[in-house]
This record gives sequence, C-alpha cells and structure tokens, in this order.
Amino acid sequence: MTEAIKRPRRKDPQKRTVLPTLPPTSRSRRALGFTVAAAEGRFVLQKCNDCDAVTYPPREACPKCLSMNLAWRDMPEGGELIAETTIQTSTNVYFRERTPWRVGTVALEAGITVLAHIHGDVAEGGRVRMIARTDKSGQGVLMALPEEETENMADDKQLRELTCDPKHRRVLITDGRTQLGQAMARALSAAGASTVFVGVAETWRPFAGADELAAIPNVEVMGLDVTDTVSVNELASEIGGKVDILINTAEYVRAGGAMDRDGIVTARDEMEVNYFGPLRLIQAFGPGMRFRGADGVNSACAWVNLLSVYALSNWPAYGSTSASQAAAYSLSQCLRGEFHGSGVKVLNALFGPLEEDWRQHLPPPKVTPEGLAKAVVGALQQGLEELTVGAVAEDFLTRWKQDPRVLARELTQPEGA
Amino acid sequence: MTADLTTNPGTVLPALAEALVAGKIRTIDLTHTLDPDFPVIILPPEFGQCARFRVEEVSRYDERGPAWYWRNFTCNEHTGTHFDAPIHWVSGKDLPNASVDSIPVEGFVRAVCVVDCVKEAAADEDFLMTRDFLLAWEAEHGKIPEGCWVLMRTDWSKRSAADYLNLRDDGAHSPGPDASAITFLIEERNVVGFGTECVGTDAGQGGHLSPPYPAHFLLHGAGRYGLQCLANLDQLPPTGALLICPPLKIKNGSGSPLRVLALVEE
Repeated sequence: MTEAIKRPRRKDPQKRTVLPTLPPTSRSRRALGFTVAAAEGRFVLQKCNDCDAVTYPPREACPKCLSMNLAWRDMPEGGELIAETTIQTSTNVYFRERTPWRVGTVALEAGITVLAHIHGDVAEGGRVRMIARTDKSGQGVLMALPEEETENMADDKQLRELTCDPKHRRVLITDGRTQLGQAMARALSAAGASTVFVGVAETWRPFAGADELAAIPNVEVMGLDVTDTVSVNELASEIGGKVDILINTAEYVRAGGAMDRDGIVTARDEMEVNYFGPLRLIQAFGPGMRFRGADGVNSACAWVNLLSVYALSNWPAYGSTSASQAAAYSLSQCLRGEFHGSGVKVLNALFGPLEEDWRQHLPPPKVTPEGLAKAVVGALQQGLEELTVGAVAEDFLTRWKQDPRVLARELTQPEGA
Repeated sequence: MTADLTTNPGTVLPALAEALVAGKIRTIDLTHTLDPDFPVIILPPEFGQCARFRVEEVSRYDERGPAWYWRNFTCNEHTGTHFDAPIHWVSGKDLPNASVDSIPVEGFVRAVCVVDCVKEAAADEDFLMTRDFLLAWEAEHGKIPEGCWVLMRTDWSKRSAADYLNLRDDGAHSPGPDASAITFLIEERNVVGFGTECVGTDAGQGGHLSPPYPAHFLLHGAGRYGLQCLANLDQLPPTGALLICPPLKIKNGSGSPLRVLALVEE
C-alpha cells in the first residue's frame, strides 16, 4: 500500500535546488495525437479504419495491413498486469534520479499488450485501470493504476510525477474579490494545499465575502492587482519562490461587441485584466516556477488559466471580451512552450457562462463558481492540461473540434452561440 | 524701502523671492503622491470608471536603455490630487475657455481661505458645509476676498485608504458643501474655485442633494474650478496664504493631476 506523503520540511537553505530533468521528449507528429488526448485525460489508441486492428505505440501505418488510415479512438481502460519489473538504474538522467521505477506489460481489454508505468499498489496478475497523462516532457505516457481506489493512491511517487496534486503544495489564487476566487480558495484549502495565497486588489474598496475568505484554513490574503505591474512584481518578490500552483481567477467581462460600443476604454480594461494580467503574472512568477519544477514534494507543477470558451471562437454578443480572452488563450500556448522542460504544466480550463453578475442575463445552464473550482481541483489531481467545464462549453468544444469554421459561421448568425 | 506695487513698483516680487530664500515664506506641498494604491472615485459599475494611476518601466539602466531610467504612466484626468475644469461637468460644457488648456492662467495663483470643518466632519462623516457656516467663519476671520480659492479642511486626507472613500452599500460617506454654500461663494464672494481633501468637491452622498452634486454642477456651470484630494491643509492659516495650482495643459482637458503648492508667511 502507498504510504501517505508527509508535508515536506522547510528547505535546507544550504542545499542547491534540484533542477528539472526530463524523460524522453521526442515524438513523431502522428504520436502527438496520443499526447493531445492524454492532456485531456482520455485514453486513446490508434485503430485501423481498414482492418480494425488496434496498435500501440503510435505508428505511421497499420502493422497488420499496412494501411495509412489509422485513427485515434477512445478505448476501454481495463486490463491485466501480466508482467512487471522494477528498474534500478537508467542512462536517462530523469529516471536515474527517480529509480527504483516500476514498469510492466499490460494486456488491455482493447486487445493488445502495452508497456506502461505501473502504480505501486498493482500486483502482478492484478486488474488495472489504464490512464494516459502527459509526463514532465509534456508527452503522453501510459500508466496502470489499481482497478479499485487504494489508500493514499494519489501519493504514489510515480503517479505524482504525472499529476499536479495540490496536497502539501502552495497555491496562489490571483483574485479573491469574486465568488469564483473565494470558491477556488475553499476548494484548494479542502484539497490539502499547505498555503493558499489569495490576491485582493484595492483593499480600500469593500467586497462581499472578505471576512469569510480570510477565515478559510491556510488562506493568506495578499495585496495583488493584476492590472498593476508594480503590485504583481512586489508580490512575486515576496512569495515568488514558494508558489507551486498559480490559478489566475482575475477576469473582466462586459457584454457588447465592437460596433455597438463607444470608444475603447472598456476594451482596454478587458485587455488589462484578461491579457496583460496573465502576461504580468508570467513575467513575475514564471521564472521562479520554471526553476522549481523538480523541487521535491512541493515542486512547482501547474499554471492554471481560466478561460471563457469564447476564447476559441468569438461570440459577438460578448465580442470585445471574447477577443481579449482569445489573446489570453493564444498566450497560454506561448507559456506552454516557455515552460517546456521545466515540468510545470499549463492547465487551460475552458468554461461556459459563469453564474456571476456580468453574465446575469444569460440563460442556464451556467457554471457555478463552486463547480468550476471543483473541476479545476479535480483536473490538478489528475494532472490534466485541458479541461472543459459546463454543458455549454462541452457542446462548444465538440463543435469546434468538428469544424472551427462552421462553428464560427454559427456564432455570427443572429441566433448564434 | 517697503515692497509695494503702487509706490515702489518692481519691489514686490524681489521681496517675495528674497523671503523665500531666507525661509521667511514656507512652501507647503498640498499634493498626494501619485500611487497605484491611492483611491479613486468609484461610480456605479455600468458607467465608465476613473482609471487608476499605473506605471510601466521603459528602461532602467538596462538593455532597454543603458544609462537612463524612465517610465510610461497612465491615469485619468481626475486621478490623485487633481484640478477640475468647468467642462468637466455638463453644466459648464458650453462655456468659453473652460478646458485646462484654455482657461486663463491667472486663476492658478491666488489667495486662499481655509475653512476649518475638522470638528464637524469628525462628528458627522456626512457633514454639509452651509452658507451659514461660511458666514460664521467670516465673522471670525473676515470676509472672503474676491477671486480667491476657498478650501474646505476636514483632515480627511489623514484617513486610511478604506476610511477615505468610506464606501458602504449605500455609497460613499464623506463631508462636502451644500448648494447654499457654493451659491454664496460664487454669487456673493466671486471666488475662483473651491477645493477639498476628499475624493471629490462634493460630499460622498452629494448625488442625493439638490441639485445633485451641487459643487460640481454650480461651480463649473459658473466657470469656476475645483481641486480635490488635497493634503496638508492643516499646515495652512485660515487666511493669508497663496495657492499655486496650474494643471497640465492638456488639449480640451476636463482636468488634470497636478502639484498643488501653498506659500505661507512664517
């Protein structure tokens, strides 16, 4: 059984911080289909459209009939561990630092046998549940988990390399003035974060829930205004070395497009919060997190962007806000590139209309702040990089994946969205 | 030789300059530092908002500019200690020469009367200064001279940021003048402007007065100026000081942040 990890002691200030190293990074273009699904937490394998053969690892052509017509398909997660071994040494620096390391052969319900990382609670011959996740290289890998939940299962050392579990980690939530920020603080505190720093802008302006926020266990309220570079830099100089998970809850949402608005003051406010906000946070907190990607139990592990699903395709009713969120979405890809090699994951949570004042007139179904917070915590615990929250967002994403240009046309119809 | 414009022309300003150097006249700064943390007026959220003061570094003796430090700053025309021109308000929109770049510069250097309302504001955060209050002040300090500035001292500038705006669920609570006081200052004393320590020339609940926001409505409608977010009024005498308050020369500007100084004889 997995032993519960303990809250790490304070760092020995004389010890050099362990630098991030990486498991093998190279993948073919074809194989990235597996990584894309792993980032969403989906277990997919290639299936031949001509002869139905399932294959792994990713290939250019079907090993049975040589057809090039292979497609990624969701697969049943069940299987059986038929052989396992524990690796004691490796020429790869990443694994060398982490041995002993369990790997094994799993006979999948999908009909093939694969080599995978093995959770410590799985016994040879035992039933397993397969997961696909991105590793520290940002590439999809397979891991076999016990079929049934075991005690302290998430604390398995190999599994924790794939996840961003808030347990014992220090979290920064950038805006605690909103219900969303406060729900997020409660959820992260409940998930076992050792400290939840919560940014609050303009403390001279009262806000609902201030006392309740300060009373959440492990919450520390800090001055932070993402529209103010000085404020962001000051907080980073104070706590930048101990932020393991950063969740940007700051958002600025106003209805209206381009032509039916007068002037650009509101659009500038949208960009200040939705685009320049994360940019300031990245410049201030990014370098410290990138350096601390392998810093023990509470290593830096995740950067969370909360993005309206209309970041993917503009909804003219909220056209100007959508544009600023599209900028933030584009920036998240740049960030993923810049975090590559650090072991810090970028989690994009795309959500549909949120239950809050500036979207009050929109019809249900809506995402509650609590629902979004719960989904984000779940995604961190699972180590996901892509998350879609709410029925509207899920439907939107399905249509976007089918054909983004058709979706764009739909959105510009009078009854669009 | 006595400094005197009439009998000894050319003596007043040299005498003033000499007194400044000799420290017989003190220069007092009535300005808050432009700081992102300094409160700005908060309007209902569906209206456009006053931009906060912000700075972005352009270079600081680094690869962006090896030998120099400079920054971009952004703010509203009404951020921090600032000047209100008549076109700031709808009542003054059609007046000639009513923007900061076109109003005559003479009004920027004038005598100043300081009306002490500290006791009243401490007892009632919604204290309204009235015509009768000003008449009582005149009984003690003399008649408010024509063309001067009148400043309302409340010590509000000494409050913490949260207590300064004093926002509650029914709006801000801070002292200010009522319509009778402003009408008196304009029509019976012909002042050039009126200033306060609070975030606006009007009381926090001034929107509920008649007319709403009487200081803004009446002063600017009559082509007079406003000053707000002033500090250090406790260092000024009730009368006898000189106020210096030139706003930035912004084309069609409705106001501007500025440095406000006062000269006080020791």
